Amino acid sequence: MTAASALLQYVISGATVGSTYGLAALGFTVIYNTTEIINFAQGEFVMLGGMLAVFALRWGGVPLPLAVPLAVLIVTAVGVLVNRLTIRPVQGRSPLTMIIITIGVSILLRGGAMLIFGKDTFSLPAFSQGGPIDLGGATLLPQSLWVFGITLLTVLGMKFFFDRTLTGKAMLACACDRKAASLMGIHVDSMVTLSFAFSALVGALGGVILAPITLTAYDVGILLGVKGFAACILGGLGNPFGAVVGGILLGILESLGAGLVSSGYKDAVAFIIMLALLFWRPSGLFGSARAERV
Amino acid sequence: MMKKATACLLALAALVGLAATSGAAEPIRVGAIFSVTGPASFLGEPERNTVKMLEESINKSGGVLGRPVEIIVYDDESDATKAVTAVDRLIKKDRVVAVVGPSITGSTLAIVPKIEEAKIPLVSCAAAKKIVEPVKKWVFKTPQSDALAVKKIYQHVGKAGISKIAIITASDGYGAAGREELKGLAAASGVTVVADEVYGPKDTDMTAQLTKIKGTDAQAIVCWGTNPGPAVIARNRVQLGIRTPLYMSHGVASPKFIELAGAENAEGILLPAGRLTCEPQVPANHPQKKILSTYIKDYEAKFKQPISTFGGYAYDAVLLLVQAMKNANSSEPAAVRDALEKIRGFHATTGEYNFSEKDHNGLTEEAFVMVRITKGDWELLK
Repeated sequence: MTAASALLQYVISGATVGSTYGLAALGFTVIYNTTEIINFAQGEFVMLGGMLAVFALRWGGVPLPLAVPLAVLIVTAVGVLVNRLTIRPVQGRSPLTMIIITIGVSILLRGGAMLIFGKDTFSLPAFSQGGPIDLGGATLLPQSLWVFGITLLTVLGMKFFFDRTLTGKAMLACACDRKAASLMGIHVDSMVTLSFAFSALVGALGGVILAPITLTAYDVGILLGVKGFAACILGGLGNPFGAVVGGILLGILESLGAGLVSSGYKDAVAFIIMLALLFWRPSGLFGSARAERV
Repeated sequence: MMKKATACLLALAALVGLAATSGAAEPIRVGAIFSVTGPASFLGEPERNTVKMLEESINKSGGVLGRPVEIIVYDDESDATKAVTAVDRLIKKDRVVAVVGPSITGSTLAIVPKIEEAKIPLVSCAAAKKIVEPVKKWVFKTPQSDALAVKKIYQHVGKAGISKIAIITASDGYGAAGREELKGLAAASGVTVVADEVYGPKDTDMTAQLTKIKGTDAQAIVCWGTNPGPAVIARNRVQLGIRTPLYMSHGVASPKFIELAGAENAEGILLPAGRLTCEPQVPANHPQKKILSTYIKDYEAKFKQPISTFGGYAYDAVLLLVQAMKNANSSEPAAVRDALEKIRGFHATTGEYNFSEKDHNGLTEEAFVMVRITKGDWELLK
């Protein structure tokens, strides 16, 4: 194997894993954009997406093409419920209070998943058949193409939604100034509910498309939450495009760190580079520097 | 009326109380600490089930020394601090005569000082060599040490004429211990480690490490870890089209591994495993055959789930303690310990135990067989 094809392999592998970090990050972004809350239960949405698809397939006997959208829909409903039952009752408190609540929600969801699904790791069949695709000496799984395709479509959809639609702009307005948005006739409550639905949907999508490659278990959400949050910061908090690019970049950094430096320090390598980037651009790669109001 | 009823109740209570004290003999209390929940629950859950099953069957057949056995199980949640609390409770409150477990090395090492202070025998179900090396008077263990598994792999590697290997190990306790043994025993076995890669136990993609290994002249890859990492490695290896043989540790010797990796990705993988894994292929005249089939039959009938090798460690630990009590004709901790150390030629599910003053594990690499995964099942290699 030549050095060039090895390098290509590192990039492909990193980008595949990075896509889930990106989708988790996208979920963080959507909720942050509407509420200024960092939803630490985001990783659990990713986990639920994968696990529910596995269980619909195994025990519900639902065929795969149906199990996937079904899982995504259920998680979306869970997202709405999380907002209704835990965030709305404490409306008006400081974002910090809400962030702590989301940590509680994540522990609850993880514990519930453990009781219902058990502690084992599960695998999901790939969406399409076929062996690895050869690409200049490096190999690519057909499932990776699904991952890239769905990630790309999702980010384009989100970008379009926030930039071009009235509802998207209304959601952004809620984060800027809740009261002003409400005075402008925006129904803030529905916008927040919508943001939770979107973020759960995006997270679940990430979980479902990656489960065939990486396997899934009740506790995969913790790591994905952390990596997704890191990706968010790297890309610039609040920017959907930045979130996904940040995720893919983080994945590639990890993979290159493992391949070229040392696999024992791969996370350290990725995070050192990330810190360096943040020193250089504190608001992230694509974030606009925010002026602090006094 | 009220008074009469109260009096009746009191009389009844007194009768019940009398019956309880004058009935069966005082039970022999044995403590157990397993990681029933937490990251190591794949070890602790079958272990807990196993001892509960054994408690029932021992008592059904008359108990030990004419007394029933009571096994008190605590969950340490895969946490060494909780194991220490649990052992305190077992010693001070439950007044047990011996302790089985804990499931993991960290918890075992954490409770050793308490055990030595209380002077009661401990039969651990954790793997690491340092539990019994150097020998501690009160501490024994049932699982095979990692070194034995490494020796078994290196024997097989040597027979295949392979001299250069790549290792890829998990960065957790189990993987790190395996890595140490793999590197430490390499020179003596005529093997050179040409690549030494590590992965995080929660990592979901190891293609980077495998790509690096692919670029070396390694003739075989040895992976050391517990699920799901090794399953991901098996998948990534096939994805990258790597043809060098892949050896795994005994940590993945369960049907779950084949399920996770997928039969087509697991095909041809070689690993050392206890005979429990491939019981149907163990010849009928093998001294372990009877105990293996009994355990599997009982466990699967009771819990409606497949056996795991890890439960076997607890099975052996309890049987060894019972045997020691019978040999000593006593349940006094000191007498049980002395009898335990004298047990020789005891065939259990893991292997043949020959304890001595110098060896509190009592197993050799004969406790392992090499198996190959063929068409989604274990094939015992001769």
